[in-house]
Amino acid sequence: MIRELGLNDIVYLLEASRWTVALALIAILAGGVLGLIVAVLRIVSFKPANWLAIGYINLIQGTPLLGQLFIFFFGLPLFGIQIGAWEAAALALSINASAFLGEIWRGSLQSVSPRQWEAGAALGLTYWQRLTSVILPQAVRISIAPTVGYLMQLVKDTSLTALIGFIELTRASQILSAATFKPLQVYGLAAIVYFVICFSLSRLSEHLEKRTHAAR
Amino acid sequence: MNYNFRFNALAPYTGEILRGISLTLQLTCLTMAIALVIGLFMALARMSDNRVLNVAARVYVEAIRNTPLLVQLFIVFFGLPSLGIRLDAYLAAVIGLSINVGAYASEILRAGIQSIRPSQVEAGRALGMTAGQTFRSVVLFPAVKAVYPALASQFVLLLLATSVVSSLGVGELFHQATFIDSRTYRSFESYALITVTYLVLTLGFRALFSLVYWLVFVRRPRA
Repeated sequence: MIRELGLNDIVYLLEASRWTVALALIAILAGGVLGLIVAVLRIVSFKPANWLAIGYINLIQGTPLLGQLFIFFFGLPLFGIQIGAWEAAALALSINASAFLGEIWRGSLQSVSPRQWEAGAALGLTYWQRLTSVILPQAVRISIAPTVGYLMQLVKDTSLTALIGFIELTRASQILSAATFKPLQVYGLAAIVYFVICFSLSRLSEHLEKRTHAAR
Repeated sequence: MNYNFRFNALAPYTGEILRGISLTLQLTCLTMAIALVIGLFMALARMSDNRVLNVAARVYVEAIRNTPLLVQLFIVFFGLPSLGIRLDAYLAAVIGLSINVGAYASEILRAGIQSIRPSQVEAGRALGMTAGQTFRSVVLFPAVKAVYPALASQFVLLLLATSVVSSLGVGELFHQATFIDSRTYRSFESYALITVTYLVLTLGFRALFSLVYWLVFVRRPRA
């Protein structure tokens, strides 16, 4: 049954893009918690922890996200954990994000000069006080722009979850394209929706970066 | 857990995996070469005084960088036939990937070109170097050194990104996992093995690129 592309279909795509956004938000939150652990393990002065973090980052950044998605999708049921495409997608994207966020935040923490630790100590601050009131406020400010930039990357990455059958924007376009037989218009429309989301995020990231540098 | 992992069930498919690796490497190298040419032209267009060229290059880079590769591939492979442009899966993959990576390459190359200041050339000429010597040692060598790390990591990213074209039916490495899965019903083993194969490839290329960097730029510094 071939039918025309109508307003309803555009609404259908927009509704499906809610899942794209939801998936990206879950991945940045869950991946953020894990990523913080990765960043800390990467910089503490305890070699085995550093090696563990480096190994983890290399493993995740050295394999395709598509492979990670399929491994979770097919692998977890073998351990008796029944999961659907939605859970596998959220899990794989979060773990993937944790490696990238870990590296972004390690960079932010290390870009605060070590002299500031010494200055804090000279002022008689405890380790905890130095961390929370001297180093972290600066590191967090530096990390905001690249983190928002990475969120835009995540939005694009969610498109791959279509290939394990999770119905987000790209999978919805595949379904709509099959029903209307207008692939160029449908995928073009999907591309426009992605563009609006990602372009806003990248402009926001650029704006935040300029502001961070202006304040310093 | 009472599942018996049987990786040896995949052993008869070594030939398919090797074919997949070879096609993945071929796809990656071909795409990288085309993307560098596109990237160079786009970088030059972006820096030119011609407003039309400038805007066109900007639109290209922003359009590509803000949309997912998978959707770009679908537009090329499934969308273009409705305009009468019919491509086979491999050609569509090469075109889609090259257009995608070209946008990223143009930004890297632009940064590299802009890292060379005109005063450097003047300094080279003032030291009595010929125009050729100046170009080689003062312009080209530092510019290549500046862009090399970013291009090397772009190459590795591309190697991983080629897995996405398996969805068009190109028989590269990731597609072989799907094929072996369909023959053996050993889904987890198939995808795990192929994913580890990618890891070996990326670690190998990273080591190779580091070695080349050390040999060319560190061991005998000229810049």
